[in-house]
Amino acid sequence: MSSPVVVTEAVTTTLDHTPDKKGRVRADKPRRKTSFKLFLLISPFLVLSFLFAYYPLYGWVYSLYDYKPALGLSGSEFVGLQWFRLLVSSPTQVDQILQVLTNTLAISFLGLATSILPLLFAVLLNEVKITRFRNAVQTLTTLPNFISWVLVYMIAFSLFSSTGLVNDVLLDSGLITTPIKFLDTDQHVWLSMTLWSIWKGLGWGAIIYLAAISGIDPSLYESAKMDGAGRFQTMRYVTIPQLMPTYLVLLLLSVANLLNNGMEQYYVFQNAFNKEHIQVLDLYVYNIGMTGNSLSMATAIGMLKSLISVALLFSVNAFAKRVRGQSLV
Amino acid sequence: MTTTHTEHKPTQVTGHTRTGGDVVFSIVNYSFFILLAVLCAYPFYYLIINSVSANDLSALGDVRLFPQGFHLSNFEQVFHLQGLPMAAAVSLARTVIGTTATVLASAFLGFMFTQERMWARRFWYRFVVITMYFSAGLIPLFIIMKNLGLTNNFWVYVLPFVVQPFFIVLVKTYVEGMPRELQEAAEVDGASVLRVFFMIYLPNMTPILATVAIFAAVTQWNSFQDTLIYVTDQSLYTLQYLLYMFINQANSLAQAAQNAGGNLGALADAASTQTPTSIRMTVSVLVVLPIIFIYPLFQRFFVKGIMLGAVKG
Repeated sequence: MSSPVVVTEAVTTTLDHTPDKKGRVRADKPRRKTSFKLFLLISPFLVLSFLFAYYPLYGWVYSLYDYKPALGLSGSEFVGLQWFRLLVSSPTQVDQILQVLTNTLAISFLGLATSILPLLFAVLLNEVKITRFRNAVQTLTTLPNFISWVLVYMIAFSLFSSTGLVNDVLLDSGLITTPIKFLDTDQHVWLSMTLWSIWKGLGWGAIIYLAAISGIDPSLYESAKMDGAGRFQTMRYVTIPQLMPTYLVLLLLSVANLLNNGMEQYYVFQNAFNKEHIQVLDLYVYNIGMTGNSLSMATAIGMLKSLISVALLFSVNAFAKRVRGQSLV
Repeated sequence: MTTTHTEHKPTQVTGHTRTGGDVVFSIVNYSFFILLAVLCAYPFYYLIINSVSANDLSALGDVRLFPQGFHLSNFEQVFHLQGLPMAAAVSLARTVIGTTATVLASAFLGFMFTQERMWARRFWYRFVVITMYFSAGLIPLFIIMKNLGLTNNFWVYVLPFVVQPFFIVLVKTYVEGMPRELQEAAEVDGASVLRVFFMIYLPNMTPILATVAIFAAVTQWNSFQDTLIYVTDQSLYTLQYLLYMFINQANSLAQAAQNAGGNLGALADAASTQTPTSIRMTVSVLVVLPIIFIYPLFQRFFVKGIMLGAVKG
């Protein structure tokens, strides 16, 4: 657009505020200059945004090569769609990817199924009348949200490893004679991962509903009371229905994120025993790419995942637009 | 916190509605929340009491409800562990530098994107915000970072966090709620855009910037994945990463424990000799203590953050 005019006048901004219709041609230049100067001021940040969000998309071309880091892209062999074909044709690969997809979707659906819990938490906490008690509960239950998954794993390790607290207590009380393997096991992996997510996120997830409850029109409660509604009926017929729109928005957003479980939680909890059932897509991409050195295959899978996720987001958004008349994002 | 209190409550229970079922419900309800609070808080308490108990007792798993053989020497001794002082410094540095960069950039961009005179403002705003909704994926990002020379580089902890669309949206919304006249008056007096930003807007944005800062700081402090992916140089390990290694590498940890004990010579009796358990517990507490202290103080900012996000969502 505007050519890089050398800024000679110190103050050009004030001219902007005196648009003169007749002197338009003269006023245009400084205004354009200001306009471009404003852009230049943010351009370093746009470069950062480009580098870390857009430029990596170029990395998708690595999925068309047999990329070897030592050789560089130019030294690596171009293999076309070989990796994508392998994904659907090689029996071992198909087995593996199906298992990974099953894990991903199972954990995601358990997440969807338990997504109502923060809402119920909020509705019940709202029935607590002692403010101090309520605040204390809120503070303590939101704390886990602010620690890292490494620390969650540390907690899991000290409480549930074979020498951990829970086994110690059970052994001391004579309920068991050999330690239960809570962590080094392939049993209930999906469930225990979901439980840890709930432990970490329940209190925090409830905050949004608590705020929504405080925004409910008090007259609704008054008329419910006039109609003789008791405590449970008020919860059932006033509070919960009023929270449903918020719940549905969050639910739709998590549908859009079906494939994005993230990898940190599963990475820290993974071990030789539970590997088969804990590998979600994000972790699988890391495992084959960074540990297994199949960078190109990992790129291909990651790319498909990203495309499907964006498509999901668009669909969910379009759905929301039609149903609510308002888009999500 | 105050934002979440409900106003209609007091009127709802008074009167004749209190039945036997109500009382039972209240008891069950209160018990339920006490149980939940204990489930959330006890693990932290467990880590803390073990880090200050006699190390021979904590290694046996006998410290469950109260500290036994109270001593604080673990916190001095873990700093003799190889790599730990450095990891603490890296964690602290990335939190301070990263948070400062994120806050300033979010404030500046949030403000600048309200400047209607900017060339193609809407386009650039969307250019930045849309990055929230897609990701190239872990491996392409890794390769790009490598090509940019950001692997095994401290700045990999800072640069990717500078431009954060979500925070920019928060700040922009906030600035749009501020009176426009502030800027107009200053510009009549000949102030440049930068001057207007630094002298007038920045000092008046503190509530929203506090929210951004607290979220950014927690993210930085807790970050683990970037070390895992981009860093192999031990001098750039963070506390989180070191803790992860300590949990998984019992052998090297026992070795480290011996070295740490050796430095103290005569002081090392059974109660204060480092064990894998004592090291893990103490490092965990080092990692979690800042969060525990900061969180209750800034809880209202966290809550405000999620609320503002919700309005947008």
